[in-house]
Amino acid sequence: MTLPTLLEAPPRDAGPAPAAAPPRRHGRLDRAYLVMIVPVLALFTLFIVFPALTGVLFSFTNYAGYGDWKFIGALNYVNMFKDPTILQAYLFTFFFALVSTLVVNVLSLALALALNAKIKWRTGMRTLFFIPMVLSGLVVAYVFTYLFSNTIPALADSLGVTPLASSILSDERFAWIAVVFVTVWQAAPGVTIIYLAGLQAIPGEVHEAAELDGAGGFRKFASITLPLILGYLVINVILGFKGYLGAYEIIVALTGGGPGTATQSVAMKIFSGFSGGDYAYQMANAVVFFIITVAISLFQLRIIQRRGVSL
Amino acid sequence: MTVSTTIAHPPVQPTDAAAPPRRALKAPKESYKVNWPLTIVLLMAALTILIPLYFTVVMALKGPSQTGGTGLETPNPVEFANFPAAWVTVGFGRALMSTAFVTVFSVIGAVLASSMVAFAIARNWERRFFRASYVYLLSALFIPFPVLILPLIKQTAVLGLDNPVGVILLHVLGGISFFSLLYIAFIRSIPVEIEESARLDGASTWQVFWRIIVPLLGPMNATVAIFAFLGAWNDFLLPQMIIADPTLQTLPVVQNLFQGEFNTDYNLAFASYLMALAPTLIVYVLAQRWVLSGVMRGAVK
Repeated sequence: MTLPTLLEAPPRDAGPAPAAAPPRRHGRLDRAYLVMIVPVLALFTLFIVFPALTGVLFSFTNYAGYGDWKFIGALNYVNMFKDPTILQAYLFTFFFALVSTLVVNVLSLALALALNAKIKWRTGMRTLFFIPMVLSGLVVAYVFTYLFSNTIPALADSLGVTPLASSILSDERFAWIAVVFVTVWQAAPGVTIIYLAGLQAIPGEVHEAAELDGAGGFRKFASITLPLILGYLVINVILGFKGYLGAYEIIVALTGGGPGTATQSVAMKIFSGFSGGDYAYQMANAVVFFIITVAISLFQLRIIQRRGVSL
Repeated sequence: MTVSTTIAHPPVQPTDAAAPPRRALKAPKESYKVNWPLTIVLLMAALTILIPLYFTVVMALKGPSQTGGTGLETPNPVEFANFPAAWVTVGFGRALMSTAFVTVFSVIGAVLASSMVAFAIARNWERRFFRASYVYLLSALFIPFPVLILPLIKQTAVLGLDNPVGVILLHVLGGISFFSLLYIAFIRSIPVEIEESARLDGASTWQVFWRIIVPLLGPMNATVAIFAFLGAWNDFLLPQMIIADPTLQTLPVVQNLFQGEFNTDYNLAFASYLMALAPTLIVYVLAQRWVLSGVMRGAVK
């Protein structure tokens, strides 16, 4: 939910009220403003920036999380690239983030179009479909764990559908489907709401004009609706992808990274450093993860700016 | 802003304002031709939401002998004893108090700190220090949580903040980037002239902030409060990693208990899940209008 606002960050030269800037604004700075901002900046530095920097520092040591440590240069980083479990976590995380982004956006766009259409009980439907947004992801994942491992196999069994008769959570090849399903279930409302906002910003006249020109339903969507909400689509894809890269809660609650390490995400791997004694090693992992995340975000931002999409 | 306004007053307002007079005569609220096929498709899709909810409720109302089968069967007899039992097992009352404490102060802290910072930055934009602060705070948007958390666990322990107070502090500071962004955009839309006339009457900067800015921030306060509420109430990671004393642990974390030790006691687990989901669910259904427009404002603005 952060990037859209970031994209329209205020221009450097624009003051709060550019036209009527009174002379007072180049005068003495009221100390009250400093009292408002300096303590927050100090705490922010202490609790957000400082830990991030310590993390980077420790990634160059052999610190286990306790006891003595010394600098070992880039050894953690070198080892990391030779570690098949880390490589697997990255592969799974990227695969999962790509699939989730794709599925969430297709479903959410369809849902937003439907909730914006001339349906019966529109307000009630909206209320209903946005419920997952306010629920705790963790508890939701627990509920689905039971559904996947007991209910669906029991149903499949009684219907004679043998391929589904055992839990997909314990199947190495298909456990990711369950993870994607619950992630999408939880994330779709937030994405839908952004699309819905985009759809509501389109003036009704545009569609009326297209109708007069003889455009059918699909033509209207492809030639008018889609281009007009392209900005929202871009935002949803960027936010989604970045968010799913950090997936943790739902996977932990649903599969615990299993079966084996089939659904282990990078975030889970990093957090394991706290109890596993390889604190410094996982900090190196975290730094690499940070660099990759930022690089992807910046890359996506570049593309948007080049395409001139604005919100 | 236009978007959220449209949401808050559904179909009638925009059509009336924009359309020629002949349209204004007809078209009372929702008098369109209903698209029934689409409605039916949506009703079927709604099952993906309703079935898990229904399932949670019936599981919570069953005894251990009824858990076989698909779990979708209606409970017979209805077993209300699961709720008090689950309450005791996870220490629900204590966890609820802890969660409420964390949530209330996280929301208050987020609204106060972010609006103050945003006010100071927005009204001193021409000063380099404030512009630099803005960029500095924004940079946190790019720091992934996994990078911070391991050092933070140590740091909060050393500082004696490995408790709900520490979690509140981190929620507030973690939200500063995004929330002050929202506030800065909003404060820019408030004309400076209002403040200047107050200053002519002798108001100090603090008085301007409390008496003029804070009341005008109403809708944005609501938006930030909703985000902060959902974030704090449902948060699992920070409390799990920061709070050392199990008796001070929050609701999402104590639910974890059932995944391990009490693996087989599904009815207790689901009673507990239901009790954890119910507060947000009830609040949401009662206040859905504001929640939806608030989230939409945050998402779009």
